[in-house]
Amino acid sequence: MTAALRFDPIRLPSECEQLRKEVRAFLAEEIAAGTFDPHQPNREDTDVPEFSRKVGARGWLGMTWPKKYGGHERSFLERYVVTEEMRVANAPTRRFFVADRQSGPVLLKYAPEHIKMEILPRICRGEICFAIGMSEPNSGSDLFAAKTRATKTDGGYLINGTKIWTSSAHIADYMIAIFRTSPPTKENRRHGLTQFLVKMKQPGIQVNPIGQITGQYEFNEVVFTDHFIPDDHVLGEIDGAWKQATSELAYERSGPERFLETYYVLTELVRAVGNKPDTRSAEGIGRLVAQVHTMRRMSVSVAGMLQAGKEPVVEASIVKDIGTIWEQQLPHRVRELAAFVEETATNRETLEKQLDFAIKTAPKLTIQGGTTEVLRGIIARGLGLR
Amino acid sequence: MAESENIVAETAEKIFADLADAQTINRDEKGEWKAPLWQALSDAGLPLAWVGEDCGGSGASLAEGFSVLSAAGRFAVAVPLAETMLAGWLLAQAKIASPGDEMTVVPASPKDRITVNADGSLSGRARGVPFAKVAKHLAVLASDAKGDCSIALVDTGKCRIESGLSLGGDPSDIVTLDKVQPIAIKPAPAGFDQTRLMLMGGVTRSLQIAGALESMLEISVRYSNERVAFEKKISKFQAVQHNLARLAGESAAALAAATSAADAIANANSFDDEVFLEAVAAKIRCSEAAEKGGGIAHQVHGAIGFTIEHILHRYSLRALAWRDDFGSESYWAVELGKLVCKRGADELWPLVASR
Ligand SMILES: Cc1cc2nc3c(=O)[nH]c(=O)nc-3n(C[C@H](O)[C@H](O)[C@H](O)COP(=O)(O)OP(=O)(O)OC[C@H]3O[C@@H](n4cnc5c(N)ncnc54)[C@H](O)[C@@H]3O)c2cc1C
Repeated sequence: MTAALRFDPIRLPSECEQLRKEVRAFLAEEIAAGTFDPHQPNREDTDVPEFSRKVGARGWLGMTWPKKYGGHERSFLERYVVTEEMRVANAPTRRFFVADRQSGPVLLKYAPEHIKMEILPRICRGEICFAIGMSEPNSGSDLFAAKTRATKTDGGYLINGTKIWTSSAHIADYMIAIFRTSPPTKENRRHGLTQFLVKMKQPGIQVNPIGQITGQYEFNEVVFTDHFIPDDHVLGEIDGAWKQATSELAYERSGPERFLETYYVLTELVRAVGNKPDTRSAEGIGRLVAQVHTMRRMSVSVAGMLQAGKEPVVEASIVKDIGTIWEQQLPHRVRELAAFVEETATNRETLEKQLDFAIKTAPKLTIQGGTTEVLRGIIARGLGLR
Repeated sequence: MAESENIVAETAEKIFADLADAQTINRDEKGEWKAPLWQALSDAGLPLAWVGEDCGGSGASLAEGFSVLSAAGRFAVAVPLAETMLAGWLLAQAKIASPGDEMTVVPASPKDRITVNADGSLSGRARGVPFAKVAKHLAVLASDAKGDCSIALVDTGKCRIESGLSLGGDPSDIVTLDKVQPIAIKPAPAGFDQTRLMLMGGVTRSLQIAGALESMLEISVRYSNERVAFEKKISKFQAVQHNLARLAGESAAALAAATSAADAIANANSFDDEVFLEAVAAKIRCSEAAEKGGGIAHQVHGAIGFTIEHILHRYSLRALAWRDDFGSESYWAVELGKLVCKRGADELWPLVASR
């Protein structure tokens, strides 16, 4: 077979089921205490610092990392369970999620020891928030067009330029960013970018909020003016960040967050339809459930490959491609079926509000973390087409 | 997959590669390829893979049998291998020994019913029965007036068979039983009913569809690397690459759904809601993938894929045809939707996340 795609039917081991119960019980407590409302994905206050600290205290951050950095040396599959339960409950994970998913693993791989010792335990305790500084005004899909400069100076670098669409920059304590340390070469246009650990809330960094069509303020423009970064904050190889940045993206691409972002509308539709659905509603719901089940089986399978130490780049891209398209279409399919919901359904208003929000959210799903077109390019390379 | 599964599947794969090459089959209009293929499969004990040695079979595990079906799908074989395996499996549920020839199962649609009459004879009509015309025996699931299920072995010669053809050109017949006395009949084990047979049939078809999609992906990628247009290989056009990436996605989804369902059934202690979800989700998602993926494979092949000489139709049309057997995707979607609604909104995620 040319393609030789594999999606083995990985089953979650029993320790995951015990953990799932614990996470559900914890979330139920938090919901009862009013920390967040699982039926309200559209919240202004998704940043809930106490919630992050509680999740950290439970041992659910840095789960797979070494104990000496505050981690818990648990499996990717256990982390998977925590992520999906949080996502499905609409928990306020914004403050810790990026650090847990990708910034921490990058530091583990590329940061000097004393920085690891300083920062990783704080991520595990849910104390600090990370942002990702890759995109720039003229550099999105084409990451290697990034221009923001890091100029060598005594004991470090001076940063000048602008990052954009930086999620959570307004609340972040740190950013992992790529800056241009030298021009691209003729032979390799990917050459010349270096990855840095940026301490936010320092002189020379200005964060300007950018509103989104959902009404939320999630991403920002980040302007650097002669911002100083010390030498020991360089991550990995100078001028060679492209390898690091692209492998970092693999963490971003196959998790449950890549098909469950609008899932809540499906639950609410089932509630609104009641226990005796008409044929059209039953068929519509049945298909959507079959699709989400399949997506999940694929995603768990990739988590199993990560656990086994493999680098399933193509498989992860496939999961993100079809997963994000699915979660993008979901609110529209649910909307079609919602037309048949009885006026008397008690949660009718909640469903309508959720649909309104999910339909506004949908356009971003196939853009963040690499667009559909970029992913299909990666898949095509994996198929031997380029 | 365990080692032993690989050995059984490798045997099947080798026989298909030697005797069921798509080009050879396509050129052999008289269908002379069928006899040697069936002989080789029978010699290797594959048609009765799921029948214990005590009942005349080779006693392979469910998982081993499923991997044979995946291979059969990759070659889109048009002999009643899957059907005979299913029939043998059904008969073995009631400890009825299987004869060593071509068989199929009746009914093949969840809506059709065969009844056991008071005198022990069988009556009823079943549509879309795959390969009934060539089968020597039928494995029949029937129920009596009280609703109790029985499993029976029937001589096909005693039934009325109206020939039909599936989309893929394989026999898909109407079988009428009019007070037919079975060769053997025994009560089905407790809890075994028609839904269970349909789910097993549905997973069988899902694996075959997923296999056919793997082959469609392979031949489409290969073709795109050979065909030159506008002075370059069409594989170099981004639009073509993206179509193939989508085909890979559909193929991957089908593979994941089908192998997960097969694994669920192979390891099930009982047929609960979770196994039901796995089996019907596979049939639904694989059927959707057959439509989307098959469409792309044809698009990439241009007109040549639309010809009878080209092998693409062996995979694309069979994958589409297999959607209809043992309950179509829309039938199962309604059943799944009803189950989900009956359990209630708060039980949906626990069901999806059950394994
Ligand atoms: C909600 C949200 C949060 C985000 N958070 C962050 C973040 O925290 N940090 C960060 O760095 N970035 C973030 N991004 C930015 C995101 O990574 C970029 O938007 C994305 O990489 C696309 O870049 P772009 O917007 O510049 O679009 P462009 O690159 O200009 O693309 C526009 C269109 O052209 C297509 N296109 C471009 N090049 C090609 C090509 N070669 N072949 C085919 N089609 C092509 C694209 O697929 C797209 O459809 C976020 C984006 C969103 C929507």
